[in-house]
Amino acid sequence: MSLVRLSELAIGQPGIIEDVDAEGPFRQRLQALGFRIGKEVLPIRQAIFGGPLHVRIGSVNIMLRRNDAALIQVWASP
Amino acid sequence: MKRIALLGMPNTGKSTFFNRLTGACARIGNWPGITVDLLGAKILLGADMVEVVDLPGLYDLHGFAEDEQIVWRFLHNNPVDLICLILNAAQIDQQLPLALQLRRLELPTVVVLNMADEAERLGIRFDAAMLAAGLNCPVCFISAKYGQGFPETRETLRRVLSERPPTRTAALAAEFAEDEALVAEAEQLVARAVTMPRVLEHGLTERIDRIVLHPLFGIPLFFLAMYLLFQTVYALGGPLQNGVAWLLEGFRTQALVLFQPLLPGWLYGLLVEGVYNGVGTVASFVPVIVLFFLGVALVEDSGYLSRIAFLMDALMAKLGLDGRGFVMLLMGFGCNVPAMMGTRVIRSRGLRLLTLLIIPFSLCSARLQVFVFLSTALFSTTQAPLVLLALYAISFLVAFGTALLFKGRLHSHEPLLIELPPYRLPTFKQVVLRGWHEVHHFLNRATRFIVAGVVMIWLLTHLPPGVPAGGPETLAGLFGGWLEPILRPMGIDQQMAVVLLFGFVAKEIVLGAMAVVYGLDGDALAQLMTQRMDGVQAFSFMLFTLIYTPCLSTVATMRSESKSLAFTGVSIFWSLLLAWLLSFLFYQGARLLGY
Repeated sequence: MSLVRLSELAIGQPGIIEDVDAEGPFRQRLQALGFRIGKEVLPIRQAIFGGPLHVRIGSVNIMLRRNDAALIQVWASP
Repeated sequence: MKRIALLGMPNTGKSTFFNRLTGACARIGNWPGITVDLLGAKILLGADMVEVVDLPGLYDLHGFAEDEQIVWRFLHNNPVDLICLILNAAQIDQQLPLALQLRRLELPTVVVLNMADEAERLGIRFDAAMLAAGLNCPVCFISAKYGQGFPETRETLRRVLSERPPTRTAALAAEFAEDEALVAEAEQLVARAVTMPRVLEHGLTERIDRIVLHPLFGIPLFFLAMYLLFQTVYALGGPLQNGVAWLLEGFRTQALVLFQPLLPGWLYGLLVEGVYNGVGTVASFVPVIVLFFLGVALVEDSGYLSRIAFLMDALMAKLGLDGRGFVMLLMGFGCNVPAMMGTRVIRSRGLRLLTLLIIPFSLCSARLQVFVFLSTALFSTTQAPLVLLALYAISFLVAFGTALLFKGRLHSHEPLLIELPPYRLPTFKQVVLRGWHEVHHFLNRATRFIVAGVVMIWLLTHLPPGVPAGGPETLAGLFGGWLEPILRPMGIDQQMAVVLLFGFVAKEIVLGAMAVVYGLDGDALAQLMTQRMDGVQAFSFMLFTLIYTPCLSTVATMRSESKSLAFTGVSIFWSLLLAWLLSFLFYQGARLLGY
């Protein structure tokens, strides 16, 4: 188990959320969509030209940009 | 009268539920924040009339998005007797905290778990009694799309309304407690009352995503899909359009001419050559517009729009925009006004203004009529589709160029977080309702703008009395003469200048105005246009029509959405300047090259 940013997880490699380093409305939005400490998040794919990430958390599919994903710390399963 | 407020997260089928409950015709969209105006309807529930209000979708009662603030303000200022909270049963684990937030408001509440059929297919099972006990309110299961569970839900709403005394909104002022505690409680309740399979089966949606979100083929596939959509619309719409035009002309030559000896000459001219020809030319495009909107509804309700945002975000980021901006440009293909209202989901002011600035360049259905008419009249059957394609490409390029130029001034970074909902096939009824809604909207505009517009133009081209109709001595000729020095360098003559002047009010008038200015309609008008202008002039005219101010409604919307008169002014000035410059460069360039 190693602590990395969500943006650094390989596609298809699940991670457990350890910390969400966002503030204000964005933090609330993340929480409302299920980004909470202890939840499992799975990167599905990345768009071309350094585009956004497609991740799955629980039953929800979400897209977010890589620099925003870098705010989320996850424990990567080996 | 008692009032029920509908609440729920985006993409939970709230609008569909509202439509089914009220029999009304709300816009349904599989895109966060599409319900921007508050829709209300009065229905008979049991023995009493009850008002139902559809509030905008929200993720969080604490949220700061404009839509979330609207919900807050509404609940604060309007007495509500019952809150009906719609949750997506398939995503119950994420959505339950909202229900617990609402429980703290201590308002009578009914929780409706929608998409119960979808949840069942995913293998999610509910203990309804335990859920109801935990939420301290009745829980109903429905499928809003297919109508299962509806009678029971109506009955529950009626029963709760009659049981509870009306509440005061003062109780709402109470502060909310810590979020985290609610989340923990939600998790516990889910753990106790809901059985979820460990890995949810996303089967079909995942398989479609693997193709349409493919790193290499995703974007080409999107353009191919758009191309096919437009091709289908024209292949089906073309013959229909000719049929309507043939019917309208037949009615005029067979029936209306009988009135010619009975009416004074000027009145017959005004009613038949003015109103009938003008409105008829526009009306013949209704079939194409209906088909076009059916196609848009299909794409919008399927869940594909969020995927387009995903595919295009990287490109749009370079322009200072994000994937949502591209989706709004696409929605502008139908009508710019709802697309501009859709920017409310963007919270950062700079980003929102930049998106507002580019939407008016999106080639809307009203401009499409003008382009279809002129391109079929002046270009060969092989050239005409290419001319249309070029205009769509220019529409994108002008929007992107404008974003690049202004992104420094309207700079911002907003985190982007969009849900990719499962693909859903809209029901036939949903698509037809939506199509009807747009036709209704179009006919509304027709009666408001087009009739008044064509009457005005007929008067301008026939006054003062005694001068040759449409000639340089008429009022229209006078206005055209004033505008001529500005428009001549791009190959637009006096008469077309008057048409452009009225096009500022609404592009729906442009065709009607041409019919009235030349006193002809349908094929005869098309014939005359080939004598009045050549291909270069026609393209220059279309270029100008594409880029300058779309209509008064967009100006009003720009003003109300940006809340800035100065910004609205800049937007109008920039589009007029750009339209003139590009048309001028194109016309003079083409002439220099010998075309």
